[in-house]
Amino acid sequence: MDALATSALRLGDDSLVLGQRLSEWCGHAPALEIDLSLANCALDLIGQATHFLGLAGELEGKVRDADTLAYRRDVMDFTNCLLVEQQNGDFAHTIARQFLFSNYQELLFAGLTASKHARFAEIAAKAVKEVAYHAKLASDWVVRLGDGTDESRTRMIAALDWMWRFSDELFVMDEVDAALGIDKAALRPAWDRRIDAALAEAALERPSPRRGVMGGRAGHHSEQLGHLLSEMQFLQRSYPGATW
Amino acid sequence: MYTTDLTGKKQAETVAEDPKKLAAFEARVANDEFIEPKDWMPEAYRKTLIRQISQHAHSEIVGMLPEGNWITRAPNLRRKAILIAKVQDEGGHGLYLYSAAETLGISRDEMTEALHAGKAKYSTIFNYPTLTWADIGAIGWLVDGAAIMNQVPLQRTSYGPYARAMVRICKEESFHQRQGYEIMMAMMAGTPDQQRMAQDAMNRWWWPALMMFGPPDDRSPNTEQSLRWRIKRETNDELRQKFVDITTPQAEAIGLKVPDPALKWNAKRGSYDFGEVDWEEFYAVVRGEGPVAKERMQARVNAWEDGAWVRDAARAHAEKRASAKVAAE
Ligand SMILES: [Fe+2]
Ligand SMILES: [Fe+2]
Repeated sequence: MDALATSALRLGDDSLVLGQRLSEWCGHAPALEIDLSLANCALDLIGQATHFLGLAGELEGKVRDADTLAYRRDVMDFTNCLLVEQQNGDFAHTIARQFLFSNYQELLFAGLTASKHARFAEIAAKAVKEVAYHAKLASDWVVRLGDGTDESRTRMIAALDWMWRFSDELFVMDEVDAALGIDKAALRPAWDRRIDAALAEAALERPSPRRGVMGGRAGHHSEQLGHLLSEMQFLQRSYPGATW
Repeated sequence: MYTTDLTGKKQAETVAEDPKKLAAFEARVANDEFIEPKDWMPEAYRKTLIRQISQHAHSEIVGMLPEGNWITRAPNLRRKAILIAKVQDEGGHGLYLYSAAETLGISRDEMTEALHAGKAKYSTIFNYPTLTWADIGAIGWLVDGAAIMNQVPLQRTSYGPYARAMVRICKEESFHQRQGYEIMMAMMAGTPDQQRMAQDAMNRWWWPALMMFGPPDDRSPNTEQSLRWRIKRETNDELRQKFVDITTPQAEAIGLKVPDPALKWNAKRGSYDFGEVDWEEFYAVVRGEGPVAKERMQARVNAWEDGAWVRDAARAHAEKRASAKVAAE
């Protein structure tokens, strides 16, 4: 796969894996309204994944379509960042993950709308509105949980502490990102401002700096991804070649 | 059916109502006028509606679970998106319906507590497990199909907020039914494994789907009053017959066998004759003895209890905000 196809694959994998995670909440969320909004986010993300993986397949040479890429690759070939594959945990963990990721994804897609690669720009133009809503939703919940009760505050702090080590990976630049023409490292200051603003409103402290955990872009994932894939891919793997 | 009377008891009209008001009310209903929240209504009407609408709402919410069981395992991206959207719709239906019930003077929390305490019923159909992907097809096609049959007439039910909720809901239900049938169609056109799953799902869901219309008319004590009050517009047996008549040719069209040896076209009636539903099974499921009744309730109770701290936090935050705003003014 060339660099541009790999770029599309990374974008698709991020959305796919996070969408899959969010969809696990369906029917089990803390309140009906939350259930509906998490399902909304999951739907948006699955839609983005369909577009980006479809694009990756086209750029690769039209052999694999979006479904083949989603359902017939193993862990080593998945290129999502580690953050999105983290387990849902309690609601605070889900929110912390979404908060860190959607704020990044919104900045990334906003940048991509001006990309010289028209197909990326097109997908990003629609997706950036969706993701702006995800970022707002998650930021609002960080504030609610941080400010709410002693218990919610304790849980929110623990959740941010859990997810924080996966944020550095979002901003790592390599030749694949360079080919797409987007400077991820340059997104960091704007991301920091957004994160800090929400944390300040929630009266939460920014987690202390720590060594970032990385490897997702190279297919070196956490132990969780294999389980996520074995569930997601079960039908395609058990009944190869069947159409559904 | 989500709305069928599952109490099995004749509802006693205990409160002595003002005969003049009652007559005026009955006349309005007979005239197909809508009753609105602020209008006078007999206590028994209010109680029956609360029971029916909340039971309907609970059915939508519990109904998210059997299909939710397959969201993470949907076979491709398109099916996954459709299923998420469908289950999300059901949650939305629950929301409209809880709001409609709230106009009758009961809160959502009270209704939820009644469900979790086992005091409120929900449709028996959701106490059956979803074992293979074909079950998702069978549910959309048969369960949503049966629901539509019951809900379309309810768009003209006498209670305004309920009727309006049904209008919104019915718009979405036909999409649910279609996507389910499409899943079955694709599987019946597929490999022998897929066909086997589809037929097995048909065998397991057919009879429970027929049970959704509720007990036979002669064992349905409140039908007459509900019809008079326009809370119900057709009897259980009428709806069941309609369902069999519409669904049987759909099954045959894709090569599915209806698991009923007594099923036979009756040219004289212009309808299918069909076998007797196992009513003992139905009453057992109503009593809470369905195969996964305990699992369904446990999932709802867990979601509610595990989420209590989130709801508490949202409330506490909103109160702090409100008092900060007052202080600033
Ligand atoms: Fe529904
Ligand atoms: Fe439905």
